[in-house]
Formats: sequence, C-alpha cells, structure tokens
Amino acid sequence: MKLEQVIKALKEYDGEPVKIMEVCGTHTKSIFQSGIRTIISPKIQLISGPGCPVCVTSPAYIDHLTDLSLKEKYCVLTFGDMMKVKGTKLSLTEAKAMGAQVKVLYSPLAAIAEAERNLDTQYVFAAVGFETTTPIYALLLDEIRKRKIKNLKLATSIKTILPALSFICENETSIDAFLSPGHVSVITGSKIYKGLASTYHKPFVVAGFEGEHILAAIYEIMSQLKGKRYEVRNLYSNAVTEEGNQKAERLINQYFEEANGIWRGIGMIEQSALKLKEEYKEYDAGSREEEIIEELPKGCRCADVILGRIQPVECPLFQKVCTPLHAVGPCMVSAEGACGIWYQNS
Amino acid sequence: MCVAVPGKIVKINGDYAKVNVMENLTDVNIKLVKADIGDYVLIHAGCAIEVLKEEVAKEIMDLFLELQEVLEDET
Ligand code: SF4
Repeated sequence: MKLEQVIKALKEYDGEPVKIMEVCGTHTKSIFQSGIRTIISPKIQLISGPGCPVCVTSPAYIDHLTDLSLKEKYCVLTFGDMMKVKGTKLSLTEAKAMGAQVKVLYSPLAAIAEAERNLDTQYVFAAVGFETTTPIYALLLDEIRKRKIKNLKLATSIKTILPALSFICENETSIDAFLSPGHVSVITGSKIYKGLASTYHKPFVVAGFEGEHILAAIYEIMSQLKGKRYEVRNLYSNAVTEEGNQKAERLINQYFEEANGIWRGIGMIEQSALKLKEEYKEYDAGSREEEIIEELPKGCRCADVILGRIQPVECPLFQKVCTPLHAVGPCMVSAEGACGIWYQNS
Repeated sequence: MCVAVPGKIVKINGDYAKVNVMENLTDVNIKLVKADIGDYVLIHAGCAIEVLKEEVAKEIMDLFLELQEVLEDET
C-alpha cells in the first residue's frame, strides 16, 4: 500500500464518526505540525489524552516542592516543564523569585554532579514522569548508592499509563480507539495494551512520531474498526518490541512499587503511581500524592480535556483568559499539554 | 515530557557514549541498553532507552507495505 492511497482513503472516509485518542502529548504536537487533521475526513476525530505527566501532577505535590525549595540549604532540581505549574500557593518559578533554590536540569543524572559539588546543600530531584522516565530515576538511585551520596533525594510523582487508560476505557465509552504512546511503549512493550484491547473492544496501535507513522496508525485503526477487529498492533517496531526494555523494567521493579496516584482534574486512580520501596526510604524526600485532592482553578476544564471529552478550544477560557503566559490550568503550562499545543498551533 | 530523539553512537566509554544527535555530539548514559559503536539509539533525558533497529526512512517504507487495503471499498 502507498502513502497516497492511505491519505486518499482517510480523506474520503464517510462511515460512522470515529473518535481516536492520542494518549501522548508528543503525538498531539506532531499531528498539528504535520497538518494531519486538515487532510483526513472530519468524521475521524483525533483527541488528546492524559499523556502529559506535568499536566496531571497534583497541586499538593507542587506545594511540597515549593515548600522544600524555600527551606534553608535545600535546592529543588527539576525538568523545565515543571517550573510554571501552580500548586495551591506557588509555582517553582514564583518560589525562585522569592529566593528559593530551584535549578532546571535536562537529565536526572546531572543531579549527581550538583550534589557532589555542594555537599552542604540538600538536593531534591522532582521525579515526575511516566514509564519512559522512571528507569532513569532508577539509574540515578543506582548511582547515588554507588557513590554513597548523602545529599540527594527524590520527591516522586511517577505515574503509569495503563491504569489511566483503563479508567478512560471504563468511563469514556465514546472513544473508539487509541494511538498508544510510543516512548512509554519502548519501555513497557506493546504487550501491556492487550488486556484492554480485548476487554473493551478497542484497537490499540503503537506508532512513531513522524506524520507518516501517525497516518499509517490511523489507517490501521480504521481498518480494524471496519473489520471489527480489536487488536494491539505495533507500527513502531523500529524502537518498540512486544516485551519492552526488560533491563529498564527490572530496574524500575527493584526500586519502585505500585501505589494509588492522584491525577490532577481526575482524582485518584488506583495503583496508577509508583513510589520508592520502603527499603529505599532514605532516598525519598516525600510524595504527597495520596493526601489531598483539590479542584482545578475555577473555570478550567483540564479534566475534560485530559479525558477526551472536549477539545481545548471548547473551554470558554481558552485563548481569552488562559494563554501560555497567563496559564489558568496545567494543560496550558506544559509544552506537551493539549491546551498549550493547540494554542501554539492555532 | 516523554520526548526522545535518535542519535548514532560514535564512541563508548564505560556507561557513557558520545552520540551524534543531529550533528551535535552529546554524552549519553547507555546503561539501559546493549549498544555498540555505530548503533542508532533513542535518547530520553540523557539516557539511551532503546537501540533502534533500522534507519527511520527504511522503517516508514516497510510500514506502508505492511498495511492491508481494506478501507477503500467501503466509502
Ligand atoms: S484552556 Fe486553560 S483553563 Fe481551559 S482547560 Fe485548558 S488549561 Fe484549563
């Protein structure tokens, strides 16, 4: 089959309307950049899912980070995306403006050099992410232990994607199929979607991030739906295997165990978080994941956006009150958040 | 946040490799993968998370060969 034939078929599709959720923010971005929405039939709707770890981070966790950053001789290390997300009081950017020590790193492993350079500062890495990033936190812990570093800990808000997808399958029945997150699948393997595909009768297609990858995946989803097949199909076999990266999985299992997770806007999803095992608690700077569930800022519809009930433009605050410079909700703050991506591309 | 980019390993030194990412040489931790010089790896947050099997261009060609023609007759 040729690309042109795929595009033609998707453009001319005139059957039942179909809703496909792209779980991962990087897919949302790529769908915009490649203009896919404009070349396929309006009957095929692509909606964003919960796949931006920053957007689903609970305000209580951000509060915990800002509190730590303001403590004497403490320094919070974080990915840049987290800087502008608000807790109930402050964001890390605002805490920094008040004199807190906050530093942006591109890799958790860069925290080692920081900690070894300033022995009298207690460093805390804001360990946020999905399965893609978790093995890197495990590597960091390996290194901390090997080098006997005493002044570096993790404050975790680590989530796993499968329980969230299961929650969506159970509660959002209008979604017909899923474009599985490519880089999460690199670690977990494509096998993890099998149960959901057969229980809920939804195609799960793992795809890469080029426009062509995504078109092929949409085509595969449409053909599965037409043939009433509900399977896991891996179209990113260049990087994703059925079993995933087993070494990474082993490391994750060595250090972390399942816990209930709080998803901003959604609430608690059982066993959807990973926290440090009891035996490694000396490296744990605390996680307030399970403690508080707050509401979203007034008027913000991030929860509906994350669950695929509305597109960002349908939020009354979108672009009017809520912009990346004055973000109301976390979906607008993060570069991978659905509202932010829609704003940048509209 | 789960962004990852491909790069080619040019040198290996223990747990780290020098990787060519879009003509820039970067240090990447390779402990999560079994990689050799010349391999393409997928890099996320300073770590290689998988060895890529083929070059991307070839994979996209194969991808289209794999798709079945089933949609067209319906519409
Ligand atoms: S546009 Fe702003 S206020 Fe509306 S859902 Fe998105 S982040 Fe929330």
